[in-house]
Amino acid sequence: MIRKPGAFTKNIFIRSVLVDIKTSGGYMGNPIWIVRDYERCSGCRRCELACSMHHEGWMWPEASRIRVFMPFPGLEVPHLCAQCDDYPCVESCPVEALTVDEDTTAVLVDREKCTSCGECIDACPGKVPFLHPGDNKATICDLCGGDPECVKVCHEARYDALQLVEEGMSVQRKLFAMDPLVVAKDLAIKLFGEKGEEVI
Amino acid sequence: MPGGYAGKFLDVDLTRKKIEDTKYDDETLEAYFGGRGLAAKILWDRIGERWPEVDPLGPDNIFIALTGPMTAIYPGARICCSGKSPVSNGTVGSTASTEFALELKTAGYDGVIVTGRAKDPVYILVTDEGGEIRDAGHLWGKVGEETIKVLNREVTAELTKRKPGVGLWREPGMIYIGPAGENMVRNAAVVTKICHAAGYGGYGSVMGSKNLKAIVAKGRGKIPEVYAPEAVKLMWKKVHEHLMKPRGMRRWGTGYAGWSVGAETSSEPVRNWQEEWHDERRFGGPRFENRFWVKKYWADFNCTTSCMKISCIKTGRWKGDITDMPDYELQAYCGTNLGIFDPEDNIHISALIDNLGHSGINGPNTMGFAAELYQRGILTEEDLGFKLEWGDAEAFTKLAWLIAKREGIGDILAEGTYRAALKISEMKGVDVTKYVVHVKGIEIGAHGTRSDEDYTHDISYAASVQGGDHTSVAVDGYSELSAAVFTDCAVFCNFCFYGVPQELVFDFAKGVTGFPITRESWRRETGPRIVTLQKALLLMGGPDVFWEPIKDDDNPPRFYEPLPSGPYKGRTTDRELVEQKRGAYFETLGWDERGVPRNETLERLGLGDLEPAMKKLRK
Repeated sequence: MIRKPGAFTKNIFIRSVLVDIKTSGGYMGNPIWIVRDYERCSGCRRCELACSMHHEGWMWPEASRIRVFMPFPGLEVPHLCAQCDDYPCVESCPVEALTVDEDTTAVLVDREKCTSCGECIDACPGKVPFLHPGDNKATICDLCGGDPECVKVCHEARYDALQLVEEGMSVQRKLFAMDPLVVAKDLAIKLFGEKGEEVI
Repeated sequence: MPGGYAGKFLDVDLTRKKIEDTKYDDETLEAYFGGRGLAAKILWDRIGERWPEVDPLGPDNIFIALTGPMTAIYPGARICCSGKSPVSNGTVGSTASTEFALELKTAGYDGVIVTGRAKDPVYILVTDEGGEIRDAGHLWGKVGEETIKVLNREVTAELTKRKPGVGLWREPGMIYIGPAGENMVRNAAVVTKICHAAGYGGYGSVMGSKNLKAIVAKGRGKIPEVYAPEAVKLMWKKVHEHLMKPRGMRRWGTGYAGWSVGAETSSEPVRNWQEEWHDERRFGGPRFENRFWVKKYWADFNCTTSCMKISCIKTGRWKGDITDMPDYELQAYCGTNLGIFDPEDNIHISALIDNLGHSGINGPNTMGFAAELYQRGILTEEDLGFKLEWGDAEAFTKLAWLIAKREGIGDILAEGTYRAALKISEMKGVDVTKYVVHVKGIEIGAHGTRSDEDYTHDISYAASVQGGDHTSVAVDGYSELSAAVFTDCAVFCNFCFYGVPQELVFDFAKGVTGFPITRESWRRETGPRIVTLQKALLLMGGPDVFWEPIKDDDNPPRFYEPLPSGPYKGRTTDRELVEQKRGAYFETLGWDERGVPRNETLERLGLGDLEPAMKKLRK
């Protein structure tokens, strides 16, 4: 792999040791992450529409790589890959269908190789991957090759619940995959106070 | 098949526990589109000449929840509830914003049609595999918040069990009723997302009469494909660009209007419409926003208007109450109309009303009516069991519960304001119908006509086939058709419609369906067809109340009293204008001078089978 100037090195190094890395081509920037600001999510789910139009050619919220969970009205939790340091999903795949994009550091799924075994879902601390409702293959955010559609539509609407950040000192450590219900339960307390303890 | 439709409807007979798929041919879909229009067509097809005898709260009525071809594709997804209305005895297309509509369509259904009556409480679950009737004994009696919580857990667990390996299942979408609907409070709402309601029409009580607690849906399929996908994708972007422009609706929703509608246009109900003006800045938007709004931009599926803002009370006696802003209608009806000018009390009453499954406009209209009777000494502490003073949130809390449970005086008030007035008039020997603010049994939304400064005027309610419904008012017999009548049939939100050029909206409709639909064709043919059918069903009415042409095509007496206060003091609704504009409205739609559709109109619109029933009504 080739390191780019300015790219933070430590985790890239770890990744290069642990997992197989390949490039999606085209993207020339630094590794990126999508940061979520749950309080700012309106629940409009236009991110899902933009994602599925990009990847599936038409509106398909359940096939969207970003899925907004809403376990109680007002608690909207955009759920998508957080690109863990150690990529347990990639490691767990018995047929090496999962790889890491060298440029963006997104997880890429080889749909030909995927056997729909679900190991990656179990391995993910946030249960982010899911089997596609159409072809039943593992489905994970690929960051649209570096220019994620979800972030664009969220920004257009001035919600900015999703923001793109470039890799920097420990940026990726601030983000880690979590079960959306755990996120929602925390959010419930923040929004609703004591009442939040009983809504989910 | 035309684009945008999933292609089938779930037909559930609760008496026989039979479920099947029903389809409608392309011609029917083009002629009635979806939602409000298609529901009226289904009702007329199935009930037909028996209409006047069918009890809206009996097993022969049909509860219908429909999407439209544009639902979930055009911004602002909604569901349209309908049936023979237990308040107007006609039909209302009553819509609410909800992901339930999306889930239904992605499960492969355009709607659910429910007939008969279940022996015990049930809910209907709709998935990609079809529909099923499930026990709801454990849900009966539960308020809205609890219902959501239990169903979210239960259904998600069940779907995970059925298909465990696919990853995390998301919560389903649902519409449900609260205790008010269960106990057949006539004007009860169908509720969704704790504080969104299909309020007008009383369809919550229709669900209750069928022992139907909820309909829950979870789909994993695509949103139905459309006729011209590339064009629709482009128009989808364009419509959102209009909705995302910085404007008051985005920033405040209608949550600042509780003060301003009263103070500026003087058209806000105050103490059961005895006044329509107040200048209480303590009831102003900032008092809500600064203290209670915990989420400032809250939207439903595919909406960037995000007019909703979530309020939560975290301290004091109403701690734990959650609702939206409340929006203007509930600030008025659960606030000023009850003499409440305290934001905290207003949020509490709004949250309570939603939780109990009352309609936030119609239920508190009845409560305000009761309070006026108390003010006038007609209803006494003895009748009620407590004092019912204006502004007393504790007392109105008690009253809301009594009505929801049909206990004590609540049993009478649960008949809706108009029917309760008939009973109380008989009971007390005084005519109290003059204090009822309704048209055709439907309590009027929180926009008065007397100042003439709001968007509602002389015939807005008087001539409307949906009576007091403020979301779809009669204007001039023409322009309304391509506005609310259209959005109720295409089934998306009015607040994702106003501000978008109508040409774009109708191009969108064409791109989705492939029908040769234009704004003109809608105004000339489809709109009039739907409104004329609704008018015919409303005129047929029954069995408990029949509306008299002209006499009942009018505003309530209160709307002709001069405004007693405010900048427009002395103004009132112009009777002469009502009469002339009503006549012109009927004429434009091809109805006779009494508002009965003419034979040639029925023929032209393909409604010829209504002629025998209409003939009986003509003079």
